[in-house]
Amino acid sequence: MTDFSQWNKEVGEAISKEANIVLSPRHWQVIDYIQGEFKKEVPLSIRRVGKSGVVDIKEFYSLFPNAPLKTATKIAGIPKPASCI
Amino acid sequence: MMANHLHHELDQREWEIDIIDERKEHYYQPGYLFLPFDIYEPEEIVKPIKEFIPKGVRLLSDKIDKVDAEKNLVQMQSGDRLHYDILIIATGAKIAPEEVKGMSGKEWQQSVFDFYSFEGSLALRNKLREWKGGKLVVHITEMPIKCPVAPLEFAFLADSFFKNKKMRDQVEITYVTPLSGAFTKPKATAALDHLMLEKNIHIESDFAIAEVDNENKKIIDYAGREIPFDLLVTVPTNKGDELMERSGLGDDLNYVPTNKGTLQSLHYQNIFVLGDASNIPASKAGSVAHFEAEILTENIIRFINGDPLKAEFDGHANCFIETGNGKALLIDFNYTHEPVEGEFPFPGIGPLRLLKESRMNHMGKLAFKWIYWNVLLKGTHIPFVGATMQEAGKHFA
Repeated sequence: MTDFSQWNKEVGEAISKEANIVLSPRHWQVIDYIQGEFKKEVPLSIRRVGKSGVVDIKEFYSLFPNAPLKTATKIAGIPKPASCI
Repeated sequence: MMANHLHHELDQREWEIDIIDERKEHYYQPGYLFLPFDIYEPEEIVKPIKEFIPKGVRLLSDKIDKVDAEKNLVQMQSGDRLHYDILIIATGAKIAPEEVKGMSGKEWQQSVFDFYSFEGSLALRNKLREWKGGKLVVHITEMPIKCPVAPLEFAFLADSFFKNKKMRDQVEITYVTPLSGAFTKPKATAALDHLMLEKNIHIESDFAIAEVDNENKKIIDYAGREIPFDLLVTVPTNKGDELMERSGLGDDLNYVPTNKGTLQSLHYQNIFVLGDASNIPASKAGSVAHFEAEILTENIIRFINGDPLKAEFDGHANCFIETGNGKALLIDFNYTHEPVEGEFPFPGIGPLRLLKESRMNHMGKLAFKWIYWNVLLKGTHIPFVGATMQEAGKHFA
């Protein structure tokens, strides 16, 4: 998916299945936060997510294993984080 | 660089230009890559700042305590205060190893080194001169970092350094990155991943470091992945200057929020930001600061004359990537165009080849030191290379 406007919760669910993640209310809180930051044009990084107060890095990893930012942004339907320059 | 530009452009009867720098020496930072391998000597990469200050520009060697942007005042640690009409922030970025648990612990500069500071690079040189081999881990903590290709170059140069010392078979090189591949842009990543394989450099990607374990000499990520090392060469978290934090001008990494096209501060109209000190999504590379300077000079003149600023900066970066054995790659890209193959600077001719290894590119990289000291710092335009990226000569698929 390349266009955020095409995203809805069903799309998010479908992408999460591909990543073998069952979305809990906690996952959705993190996805909401990530989408909020994206809309405000705040660049995302694991550090910022960890300091957000929404989730710490350890829990972020347990919710979205291996590459949490990549997986979480993919499920949230937003482009790869701009922190990669 | 900006002082040299503006000195030419502004009426000296109306404008006074001051440079405040807490150091007395200027460091050629690209040289930090070569120092550990005994390719450059320390004296080649350090020169007194005053050699580069144009006549009529005042150099103040003092540390700034705080910028009071509401009052247009710079407060020095010596107690002096300086009023400004326009402030250009060019405080750069530097390493912050204390951001990672254990990184600046007891193994710091024993078996854990950086090469992003003069001291670190020199300490690493001394270590490499006597190192007997083992597991060399080249590691990036988190993005963004200055010169994102430098750690790759370090791995390539290490490969040829140990080959020349006839001890490559005693060294295992692992490249550990928080990214999903060797570089941040897909086409360059494909080319670089291939080179890594060819040079027998193992990649560990998507590694977000949680800790350096000094006792057991390994790095551990948040997912629990462990990578052992005998020699860790890391690029610690890069941050803007603490001055930005003290002055309330920075974001969470002390970078100044900046308009990516005009280079004007997002919060104060008479503050402009050059180079690594800003938060714009361009590479933190010297070439970027050079291209920015040309556009920033024009925008400052426009600002003084009350004209609208030009949102012209396109994120143009141009980097030589040392690949070892006297060869290098060249990449040229901006906010919207990733590095691709082609010829540079003349379409169809070159002489430099984009995204391909060649000796000519390596000569270009070495010649760059001379260009830096003699052309760039003096604010002179590089012939045939524009501030904005040209699309001709590039093979966009």
